Amino acid sequence: MSEGQNPLGFTPNEMMTIAASRALKNDDVCFVGIGAPSAACNVARLTHAPDITLIYESGTIGTAPQVLPLSIGDGELCDTAVTTVSVPEMFRYWLQGGRISIGFLGAAQLDKYGNINTTVIGDYFAPKTRLPGGGGAPEIATSSKEVYITMAQSRRGMVEKIDFFTSLGHGEGGDHRKRLGIDTAGPTLLITDLAIWKPDPATKEFTVVSLHPGVSREQVQATCGWTVKFTDALKETPSPTELELKTLRDLQARTKAAHEGTAKGEAA
Amino acid sequence: MVKFLSLSEAVAENLNDGDTVAFEGFTHLIPTAAAHEAIRQGFRELTLIRMTPDLIYDQMIGMGMARKIVFSYVGNPGVGLLRRARDAIENGFPREIEIEEHSHAGMANAYEAGAAGLPCAVFRGYRGAGLAAVNPNIKSVTCPFTGEVLAAVPAIKPDVTFIHAQKADRKGNVLVEGIIGIQKEAVLAAKRAVVSVEEVVDSFDDLHPNLTVLPNWTIAAIAVVPGGSHPSYTHGYYVRDNAAYLEWDDIAADRDRFQAWMQKNVIDKSADDFAARVEHLRTAA
Repeated sequence: MSEGQNPLGFTPNEMMTIAASRALKNDDVCFVGIGAPSAACNVARLTHAPDITLIYESGTIGTAPQVLPLSIGDGELCDTAVTTVSVPEMFRYWLQGGRISIGFLGAAQLDKYGNINTTVIGDYFAPKTRLPGGGGAPEIATSSKEVYITMAQSRRGMVEKIDFFTSLGHGEGGDHRKRLGIDTAGPTLLITDLAIWKPDPATKEFTVVSLHPGVSREQVQATCGWTVKFTDALKETPSPTELELKTLRDLQARTKAAHEGTAKGEAA
Repeated sequence: MVKFLSLSEAVAENLNDGDTVAFEGFTHLIPTAAAHEAIRQGFRELTLIRMTPDLIYDQMIGMGMARKIVFSYVGNPGVGLLRRARDAIENGFPREIEIEEHSHAGMANAYEAGAAGLPCAVFRGYRGAGLAAVNPNIKSVTCPFTGEVLAAVPAIKPDVTFIHAQKADRKGNVLVEGIIGIQKEAVLAAKRAVVSVEEVVDSFDDLHPNLTVLPNWTIAAIAVVPGGSHPSYTHGYYVRDNAAYLEWDDIAADRDRFQAWMQKNVIDKSADDFAARVEHLRTAA
């Protein structure tokens, strides 16, 4: 990427977070997955969507943390929430009850239909790598009205065939969700460090609709394990604005200082 | 009726080899002191239940105490993997363990069913999810009114549940506040419940009427352990020691380093050592 295209010096990860934040609306009720989604959701709240409702699975509804939580249950989420409910209430009344507009998830492994694996690499009963598992994601993926996914691209992460179906996306594609009796939209947006993707209306295969500034089609294909489809009307993602970039960097600096701030010698 | 005991007495009286036990706490109020006491007393063949096993189950699994774990997220929240649990699942070290894996919704509903005295929980879940194919305890039922197919999982009914809470009053009623997680359900679902608390106060007369209070007759034993949820946190008392969670990733990565750390920080210590660990975390709370 030339200097001219990137005078602010943003990184691909910063572009990813900011592009993801732009997808959220002020009146969204967003169930925030652990990791990358949390940064995007809070940048949205600190820029164009000040009234967005951010919900973490620890039961905190309407949180407004000053620093990004390390876990989904840091105390600041509760301190700044409109209300904090129990975990069964969170999953029964709020998620299963159909009150979430956007479920925002990350992924260890993703396929072209937006199916996510965060459970195992290899065989479930003899795993090569045992990952943390689904947590709240299997039901976030099917009970939220829509699902957004964000992850950095890699051939290991974006694969033709995932090792385990932790959370359903569009299954085998097409109307598979409907055939399973699921009436929510599933994944409608994928934001990576290189591009913005949307599912094809018929096949539901994720298709690149916008390349981030300075990114080529070849770069997207080289970091993706399936044959990438690009839309005819391919766009370029607008660069981060100064305000977006400053908001994200300030948030990450506050977060780093806060998390290191608890360190103390040999504290067990 | 509830007894006020030392933590070592409370654990010894209520936990047995082979028990099905839940040490619950959803990021907040994790009963670390009680888990460390169980490790010192050396229980074996436990079935460990917890939505988010995190550090204490990594430690108990690494010490060879578990024959089975029931869980929905076997990670170090915000940091990554649990390396002792991985070693057990991937390599059978220090012993083979059986796993029963659910989603958070599945576990939360199963605890609620346990508290409600039901045999199973019914909810809209696991649709299109791979877990239903590998966990025989995930089944389905058809709604007799609408015909909708719903997920069903057996109720969780631990022999004993351990939780940590802010305070008890002199009669042994317990207050839990902040992120209350699954603690109330885990206590009511269990045959016996043991609670460690930060402090005991004279009475709860001035509390807001809708706070989460567990009446003393739902609890077998209370132990006062200031700092007892470190490196987790107790809302209003001390903040989460995020640095310790980051550090755990390195400690647990190596079998020998893990053993040395456990010897120094758990086996050779007692519940009284927790208060000092949270001193530097109190000001921000």
